[in-house]
Amino acid sequence: MPAIFEYDFMVRSLIGGALVGAMAPALGIFLVLRRLSLIADTLSHVALMGVAVGLLTHTMPVGVALASTTLGAVAIEQLRLRKALPGDAAMAVFLYTALAIAVVVISLAGGFNVGLFSYLFGSILTIDAGDLWLAGGLAVVVLGSIVALFSELAQSSFDTDLARTTGVQVNGVSILLAVLTGAAITLSMRIVGVLLVGALIVIPVLASLRVATGLRAALLTAVALGVASALAGLAIAFYANLAAGGAVVLTAAGVLLLIEAVVFLRGRKRA
Amino acid sequence: MTQHTGPNDSLRVLPRGEEPSDAAGDGWEGKAPPGNGGQHPVLEFQGVWFSYALEPVLQDITLSVNRGDFVAILGPNGSGKTSLLRLALGLERATRGRVLLFGQPPDRLRTWKSVGYVPQIAEGIQERFPATVEEVVAQGLYQGLDPLAFFRRSHKAEVLEALESVGLTPLAGRRISALSVGQQQRALIARALVRQAELLVLDEPVAGVDTAGQEQFYSLLHRLNQEQGITVVLVSHDIGAMLREATTCACLNRTLVFHGPTHSLTSNELSQLYGLPVEVLLHDVLHEHR
Repeated sequence: MPAIFEYDFMVRSLIGGALVGAMAPALGIFLVLRRLSLIADTLSHVALMGVAVGLLTHTMPVGVALASTTLGAVAIEQLRLRKALPGDAAMAVFLYTALAIAVVVISLAGGFNVGLFSYLFGSILTIDAGDLWLAGGLAVVVLGSIVALFSELAQSSFDTDLARTTGVQVNGVSILLAVLTGAAITLSMRIVGVLLVGALIVIPVLASLRVATGLRAALLTAVALGVASALAGLAIAFYANLAAGGAVVLTAAGVLLLIEAVVFLRGRKRA
Repeated sequence: MTQHTGPNDSLRVLPRGEEPSDAAGDGWEGKAPPGNGGQHPVLEFQGVWFSYALEPVLQDITLSVNRGDFVAILGPNGSGKTSLLRLALGLERATRGRVLLFGQPPDRLRTWKSVGYVPQIAEGIQERFPATVEEVVAQGLYQGLDPLAFFRRSHKAEVLEALESVGLTPLAGRRISALSVGQQQRALIARALVRQAELLVLDEPVAGVDTAGQEQFYSLLHRLNQEQGITVVLVSHDIGAMLREATTCACLNRTLVFHGPTHSLTSNELSQLYGLPVEVLLHDVLHEHR
């Protein structure tokens, strides 16, 4: 048996990584197609604010972060859908406000501590069975929702007006997508870290969109690339003694670069 | 088909079989065309006003579209044509007045299956959207929440038939974003057709489509309207084609300048609408093949 499987914490990390690797791009494909990639980064910072408040007040950091991202996701989507603010402006307001609150709260708590670092950059050593159950439950909800609402998500990502005139409840679907994204980010913090989880939402999707034809195929390819990047990245981190979150995201970025290079070379060969 | 004539650069257009005339309108302005046997109009605007950020876009529009009509919406840029369609589809709300689609306010409509909409271009197409032409057309079959839709193959007979009718069968498996503008537009029309809608609403659907493609498209609309009785509401800048194909014409310039049968539309009204001399000219060659 490879050494990586001899350690319980690594087995838990690999399971957690696979769950995050599946969930993040499954949500990400609909965010990228709607030009809402930035919402992942915004909600990551909102989650960071929640963690900071939770750590300062000794209240479940993950619970506070989850509540914060849910409220943040609903508020951003309401502002965007009601055209009170342009989408990118609404996200920027939330991103910087949440970051400012996090900075103030961290300073009140006397600076960074180990607990906060584990949320910022991920910590495979701290993943326990409870984290895995939470991530597993959320993965079932996220993937189940995406499968059940595939048609609605696809149509509202293609063209909101066309979707509305086909009878799709575009606003409800958009808010649900944002809330699930916030929840996925919050529950993925321990594995890849709040600062890097957004990368798993976007990078495997970009790689998939270069090669897949058909929305179903693109979704499945993105999920496969996300899971593969997470597992390979964690293995590299284990054997090379690197930070897990960074290794996972760099692996995903490497896959994207490789796919871009192959597509480019094939295009040149044809020309 | 519009034709520029002489040094005044005036527009000359005429529906098939009509003689040029300078006669004034026949009193249809601002009124609905004759009734349709007691049926509810498919679409009604009752004293509708609409503003964007306090800027009035449409003022006191009253018109109705009856079952089987082919209505052309004409007007210069900024005249409110697209806003009128968006109000009809519930994508915007009237500032004042009432819009009724199949007898109900659009935001309360539950029978969207009856409506087929074709925009100028879909937002997603510019985004390297990975969906195939077949997947996009199959979206038109949507009838509400179906949790197992993900596992169903989309090439149903209706989808293939709609693709056939717009000549896109060989491209069914291609990414929609890889198609030309004209082909993308035909895919969106197939998406509307597959719904077997009673009302087709089209916003400049042939912008960017070549002449042959436009002719094919108008033939298709003509067939759908004449043979299947589908009501068509179409915004276009192609005045000649509109006057040739449409049964009814609504001319907008923020207010309703003219509404009535296309054969009643005169050069004076077109001139008033576009702010330059417009003359109506007989033109029927292109459709002799029908």
